[in-house]
Amino acid sequence: MARKRSFLIPGVDKRLLIKDAVKVMPDLTRRRFITAGASLGALTLLTGCDVLDSDGAEEALKKVSKFNDAVQSWMFNPNALAPTFPESAITKPFPFNAYYELDDAPDIDGEDWKLEVRGLVDNKKSWTLEELYKLPQVSQITRHICVEGWSAIGSWTGTPLRDFLKLIGADTRAKYVWFQCADKDGYNSPLDMASALHPQTQMTFKFGAEILPRAYGFPMKIRVPTKLGFKNPKYVVSMEVTNDYKGGYWEDQGYNSFSGS
Amino acid sequence: MSTLTATNDHATARPAKVVQPAWVRTMHWINAVAMILMIMSGWQIYNASPLFNFSFSRSITLGGWLGGALLWHFAAMWLLMINGLAYLITGFATGRFRRKLFPITPKGVFTDLKAALTFKLAHDDLSAYNYVQKLLYAGIIVVGVVIVLSGLSIWKPVQLQYLTALFGGYDVARYVHFVCMSLICLFLIVHVALALLVPKSLRAMIIGH
Repeated sequence: MARKRSFLIPGVDKRLLIKDAVKVMPDLTRRRFITAGASLGALTLLTGCDVLDSDGAEEALKKVSKFNDAVQSWMFNPNALAPTFPESAITKPFPFNAYYELDDAPDIDGEDWKLEVRGLVDNKKSWTLEELYKLPQVSQITRHICVEGWSAIGSWTGTPLRDFLKLIGADTRAKYVWFQCADKDGYNSPLDMASALHPQTQMTFKFGAEILPRAYGFPMKIRVPTKLGFKNPKYVVSMEVTNDYKGGYWEDQGYNSFSGS
Repeated sequence: MSTLTATNDHATARPAKVVQPAWVRTMHWINAVAMILMIMSGWQIYNASPLFNFSFSRSITLGGWLGGALLWHFAAMWLLMINGLAYLITGFATGRFRRKLFPITPKGVFTDLKAALTFKLAHDDLSAYNYVQKLLYAGIIVVGVVIVLSGLSIWKPVQLQYLTALFGGYDVARYVHFVCMSLICLFLIVHVALALLVPKSLRAMIIGH
């Protein structure tokens, strides 16, 4: 974990920051994201007050999103499997997608890389790629659905996360498995335990027949076909089993944390 | 009071007939707010990955960016869903749908449509819908049900995968959702224009008669 998480603070490369910001969000000022575009006279008229312009609206919406987390987790049936597809349905080329260009994607040396394991587990030893490759692997052809709305079908091979959690003696009564990644700005994302234990949730090492390419998260991605794409972290460097909600790169900016499909 | 009676004996000769009962009016306006929130936030969500070669101007969208729009969309959905369900249940239970919207005959629709297009369609009795109204109001209820179901199948393509499959899969369901939104917008244009052309119908939806 050489990288530290950095937020929008002075000292950040402004050129890159603007590039990212333009791509994902028109407003640099987070506080205004809800209210922008909502100042339309008609809506103010309809609601009879300027509730849409207040910070109260943002707070209320976040509360509803938390409520939606709970509803979705209640709806989530751990036995419902994501639909699988024939090889002919695979999207070619499968899109690269991130908040940066491919040239800025982490370029990890598989020889040096280790998966760090922390938190509520019996065995906290770090894992080399060679050791992970020896674990039993399974394949799935499933649809990746992005929060933006587009989708693509890919072929993923790796070790079911629940098998790995069992192997390291994780406390599966804990609430989350929290992943940290090598992406610039320190990508991370929490995964609720029910989804972590889902039979199709996978530590992915291969795309199709190939070793997972850099574009898709070499050396390891967490494939969760029951979640939106941003809950499928790439370039994973550590996982922590925890009862604490530690937030995530996109979750902190307002995407619904459960985001289960 | 007596002078009022003298000057307006038509209105007081019989008690004002309630055209739109209170539950219809309440649910109508809740639905109006919910739909506008859903449509405007939906346009912002659409902009994140447009299906067609155009985007919606940010001046008419809600949320400011994808994350904000999703928060609005998944908050307003509760209002739309709960209100919509209550409306459907009450509409069927009270017999209002059966009484007001049916039967719809092709001949009736054709005759009334012709009259409407030549501005000869009378609106004397607001409590009885003509065939064009019947068709549009029954039709928009169906579109409302389909937009909610297609929305659910985009939101939960794993948990509700049979519903998603019914729409022809995730990608097709997105188009269905979009087409329903377009139909609702077209309906809104006609609906609002006619309400303004026949102001007493707007009054009935506000004060009941």
